[in-house]
Amino acid sequence: MSDTLPPQPKPKSPQWVTATGNILRFLFRQPPSAFGLVVLVLLIGSAVLAPVLATHDPYVQDLTATLLPPSSAHFFGTDELGRDVYSRLMHGSRITLTIVFLVTITVGPIGLFVGTVAGYFGGRTDTVLMRLTDIFLSFPSLILSLAFVAALGPSLNNAIIAISLTAWPPIARLARAETMTFRRADFISAARLQGASPARIIWKSIVPMCMPSVLIRLTLNMATVILTAAGLGFLGLGAQPPLPEWGAMIATGRRYMIDSWWLVTFPGLAILAVSLAFNLLGDGLRDALDPKQMHRR
Amino acid sequence: MKPLSIRDLSVSFGALRVLHDISFDVRAGECFGLVGESGSGKSTVLSCAAMLWSQWTGRVEIDGVSVQDMSPAERCRTLQMVFQDPYGSLHPRHAIRTVLSEPLKIQGFDNRDARMEQALGDVGLPVDFLDRYPHQLSGGQRQRVAIARALIVEPDVLLLDEPTSALDVSVQAEILNLLAKLRDEKGFTYIMVSHDLAVVDHMCDRFAVMQTGRVVEVLDHDAISSNGATEPYARELIAASLEYERIA
Repeated sequence: MSDTLPPQPKPKSPQWVTATGNILRFLFRQPPSAFGLVVLVLLIGSAVLAPVLATHDPYVQDLTATLLPPSSAHFFGTDELGRDVYSRLMHGSRITLTIVFLVTITVGPIGLFVGTVAGYFGGRTDTVLMRLTDIFLSFPSLILSLAFVAALGPSLNNAIIAISLTAWPPIARLARAETMTFRRADFISAARLQGASPARIIWKSIVPMCMPSVLIRLTLNMATVILTAAGLGFLGLGAQPPLPEWGAMIATGRRYMIDSWWLVTFPGLAILAVSLAFNLLGDGLRDALDPKQMHRR
Repeated sequence: MKPLSIRDLSVSFGALRVLHDISFDVRAGECFGLVGESGSGKSTVLSCAAMLWSQWTGRVEIDGVSVQDMSPAERCRTLQMVFQDPYGSLHPRHAIRTVLSEPLKIQGFDNRDARMEQALGDVGLPVDFLDRYPHQLSGGQRQRVAIARALIVEPDVLLLDEPTSALDVSVQAEILNLLAKLRDEKGFTYIMVSHDLAVVDHMCDRFAVMQTGRVVEVLDHDAISSNGATEPYARELIAASLEYERIA
């Protein structure tokens, strides 16, 4: 058997760099996921450059210029306290990104840990961990977050904790299902024969296999997270005034909605665009990370 | 070279008895075959011996030491297994370098690079395969990597679970010749599961015929061509195989 495979172009270049490049190229070829990526880049850009992009201070009130319609001085108009809506939107993207980022980095590892441990060990471990997951799953997520925030007091941090509390069970379920499909696979048996400890098998063999679907799920989850955060903000249980959180902005703008459409329209569009973007990106990632297509790349 | 002996190995799943008091001895450096129809418990014997499945009774001893009493590290350095399906036995997201270096790291071997190159050389693969991924290899190449992974920890006993049945005929011969060469060079003791009597004829010194979880008869390699079996089931199996070869 001669090795007829062509020599690899760059055998030493780290695989994940080329893989990431390939995935990004794949995402940009599809219009929906390209839209998602572009919106995401815009969101990150506006969050990073918020002080530069904002034309006004988002907290400074100007009671002589309340409820002004969009104009060249105030791109998206002003609110009931004379604050510039455009500048508040730009600064609000920081809050949105913080929520998404914090929820994702808490929920991902917790879900992955619970799911892979339950799936790998099976038996009693599985039963205990999964019944625990079921308890969290059985509450409607918004209601559980509401109860939690109501108990701890409304604040942005509590909203983040509350959302994390309701977002990890689906990840754990997914990771468990994924783990169970190959926990009897020969490559796991081979690792056991090499004397690998369960922790090592889970970390080195199982987690890499669960990663793509968990990443997709997390991306799709971000849309829900944004909507839940906006919902909590709208109900006055998330970010507190004067923080320029988009949901809270809609909540206060609601009272002036009939005369001043811009107060709810622009934050609403921002929430729509960002959650849609995460959904489309998640769909695109699902296609890009499909193991059946891996061989083509 | 170490001998292996199995005494009264029994496995039950609830009320269902899968293995009934399996006993046989494998001499040091011997290639011992296990043949039988599907579901006769051949692979289960290997899983038990390798402690992949630990709910069994009886004794499996390698050089007088029971595999149940060995520490995981000791067991790992004493026996290794090559699996049937080379597409399922290599982690799809691990480069060959990871596949080969993991056992070395776990067992605390030094000189890892030299050992990995040595192991790849032993199975006839070039060193630059270290940076390939399993999906970039053919079935035969994968099985060579799986063999390299098994022998890199320098075991005494290799359990071969139908190592060639997922490969096509020409590649089968290559892998079998490789296994025969490695046994000559390194003095492994093999237990080889197969349902292909031609493979057993080519490789094994002795073999056991299994049926529904029992060892029907232990035969010498010569018994195949002469059909020297005494038990009716073993005679039938060998006759069917000879008949098949005459047609083919």
